[in-house]
Amino acid sequence: MAARRTTTKRGAKTSNASKEELLTYYREMLLIRRFEEKAGQLYGMGLIGGFCHLYIGQEAVVVGLEASAEEGDSRITTYRDHGHMLACGMDPKGVMAELTGRIDGYSKGKGGSMHMFSKEKRFYGGHGIVGANVPLGAGIAFADKYRGNDRVTFTYFGDGAANQGQVYETYNMAELWDLPVIFVIENNKYAMGTSVQRSTKSPSLWERGAAYGIEGEEVDGMDVLAVKAAGERAVEYVRAGKGPYILEVMTYRYRGHSMSDPAKYRTRDEVQKIREERDAIEQVRKRLLDGDATEDELKAIDKEIKEIVNEAAEFAKESPEPPIDELYTDIYMDA
Amino acid sequence: MATEILMPALSPTMEEGTLAKWLVKEGDTVSSGDILAEIETDKATMEFEAVDEGTVGKLLVAEGTEGVAVNTPIAVLVEEGEDVPSAAAGQGEGGERDPAPAEEPGPREVHAQPAAAPASPAQAATSVSEPEVPEGTEMKSTTVREALRDAMAEEMRRDEEVFLMGEEVAEYQGAYKISQGLLDEFGARRVIDTPITEHGFAGIGVGAAFAGLKPIVEFMTFNFAMQAIDQIINSAAKTLYMSGGQMGAPIVFRGPNGAAARVAAQHSQDYAAWYASIPGLKVVQPYSAADAKGLLKTAIRDPNPVVFLENEILYGKSFDVPVLDDWTVPFGKAKIWREGTDVTLVSWGIGMTYALEAADALSQDGVSAEVIDLRTLRPLDMETVIRSVQKTNRCVTVEEGFPVASMSDHIAARIMQEAFDYLDAPVLSCTGKDVPMPYAANLEKLALTSVKEVLDAVKAVTYR
Repeated sequence: MAARRTTTKRGAKTSNASKEELLTYYREMLLIRRFEEKAGQLYGMGLIGGFCHLYIGQEAVVVGLEASAEEGDSRITTYRDHGHMLACGMDPKGVMAELTGRIDGYSKGKGGSMHMFSKEKRFYGGHGIVGANVPLGAGIAFADKYRGNDRVTFTYFGDGAANQGQVYETYNMAELWDLPVIFVIENNKYAMGTSVQRSTKSPSLWERGAAYGIEGEEVDGMDVLAVKAAGERAVEYVRAGKGPYILEVMTYRYRGHSMSDPAKYRTRDEVQKIREERDAIEQVRKRLLDGDATEDELKAIDKEIKEIVNEAAEFAKESPEPPIDELYTDIYMDA
Repeated sequence: MATEILMPALSPTMEEGTLAKWLVKEGDTVSSGDILAEIETDKATMEFEAVDEGTVGKLLVAEGTEGVAVNTPIAVLVEEGEDVPSAAAGQGEGGERDPAPAEEPGPREVHAQPAAAPASPAQAATSVSEPEVPEGTEMKSTTVREALRDAMAEEMRRDEEVFLMGEEVAEYQGAYKISQGLLDEFGARRVIDTPITEHGFAGIGVGAAFAGLKPIVEFMTFNFAMQAIDQIINSAAKTLYMSGGQMGAPIVFRGPNGAAARVAAQHSQDYAAWYASIPGLKVVQPYSAADAKGLLKTAIRDPNPVVFLENEILYGKSFDVPVLDDWTVPFGKAKIWREGTDVTLVSWGIGMTYALEAADALSQDGVSAEVIDLRTLRPLDMETVIRSVQKTNRCVTVEEGFPVASMSDHIAARIMQEAFDYLDAPVLSCTGKDVPMPYAANLEKLALTSVKEVLDAVKAVTYR
């Protein structure tokens, strides 16, 4: 099989989005941000323990890509997974209750922040080992191809995971077998504390797919419309049975790698500049206000989101811890 | 000077083979590199080339002869003008290799079975205790290799969602010929050759299992599964728990495990204890062909991840397998191969070859050994072991794995905790030695356990 030419189509600004569409993205991105802020707060209060990786700053990535997905498509990601769950329609209460380690959490409190799943939403986790979810995502796509349906699997990973060997093992087989998988590299510039520049001399991560004959492109991950447009291109390509596709989505996380990361590896100014100039939610807000949306309309949404998040937090505090006999359940399925 | 051409060893574990076809005849002149014959091993048919040049003086073994031991002279090569020596004159001459090693114990004494020997103690014991088989069932002698293939084929016929992936499983027909014929029957959609990329294809298998398919992932050997162990443990074994019971991985990881013969440190490790320590995995290590078949079928149907540890040396061994439409063996149920009253020998997998041979020798010495084959290590049938120890009051475990943090240690600890008052002697373990596997034949033999070690251990626990 001849390697296909790899092309880049930089996300063109799409200005023809309707007000309803923009309002949907605004609402979904805001939900993620407020949810994560609340999670950070609960962590500070000792209600959430262990590792907790917040998605603040990266909201446009999952919201834009979920807008390009259809019913029946699957998604799988790494440990920075709260945004993915909210964006695919999982209940904020169940997610927050998992963060607090309670029985009403998606994993009955046994998985925690990094290990959550929803069979119903075809959300396959929530994986704590960097890079390990990449072959898993290709495996889900393998199952769809085996069954002969036209579903696609969004397999998200970070710029850090992009240096793991199993990612390239997976690229090779995904292209060899034309698996219907979209590899989404969420490039937030830092693998924990190590910048992309300090990890590799080939910093264009999507272009590495060319070695395996995989098409891809780089996308402005702070522009939800650009992400959605790229997602649609990828979905169309993959759903048509042409094999995998890579999207390198250029994004930025505002918070530390995890709650315990002081983020000394970058300056406050760097973070501040991106927040002020490129924030994904602010961009949509501005577009809406430039159109015929009013401050009052947006304030009403802000209020609505705040209520959803507060309810989720209350729910997560009130839900009981798992009963002690849960210690020994779910280890094996009955044969 | 005449040169003997000897039956070659064409794989690390080959002890004998079939001289399928001569491609030269007496009087032919051959030079180095010419193909002399086709030799069939249990794994493959191989072409056998001349190393020296000369004239084929005499073919000593007729084509079609089965069971020709490695190093048996099969032809004599003479130099130009030289007379063909008599067969007797040829013996012991000219060969670089020991002319009669077939008479001697193989590199691993316990496995060497003279071709014409009566049924091994293992086979003799088969009929003693096979409670799962309905009375009057026809039994068919089958190799472990064939039994494994039959198990996969039967399950693939039964369930469209079962598929096999791994290195060389399809077109090559299996590196150890376990998947022979499966590509022909099931096609490339369900019998899938992978690149050499264990970490990647193990993960793809687990992902497919998350999505509900039932993959059989073959590792060419479990040594290579170390490349993939994160996917086996962190992804396959733990997801059911981490998802609060929402999704798990109905997958079988299978392949040869443990020492083969003369393949040295990186290709000889027994991983039973590693995998058996992981909650969420089931771990199977069969000995006989009937168990290999019945347990593999159970493994494929099990909704949990199963690590199925085979053994290359056992692949070619034949055992009686019940001729039944759907022969399965349950997990977590040990098999008593031989009942006894003086000592309990607990083993599994290839360890059983030592245990059964030792039991046989002990019986001639008037010591009655009960031999238990655990068959599955997780779940572990301690009940059968404890019941036996309550009767015999002594126990010796036999395995090829490393001694530190071994299955034997675990079993000994459980016996101490659950049957302390019944013990008349400490539980002793016969294991592989605490060294990387050496290559040299004599050292390799020492690094494994042996029938003698088992006999010595039994003497110690019976204070004889």
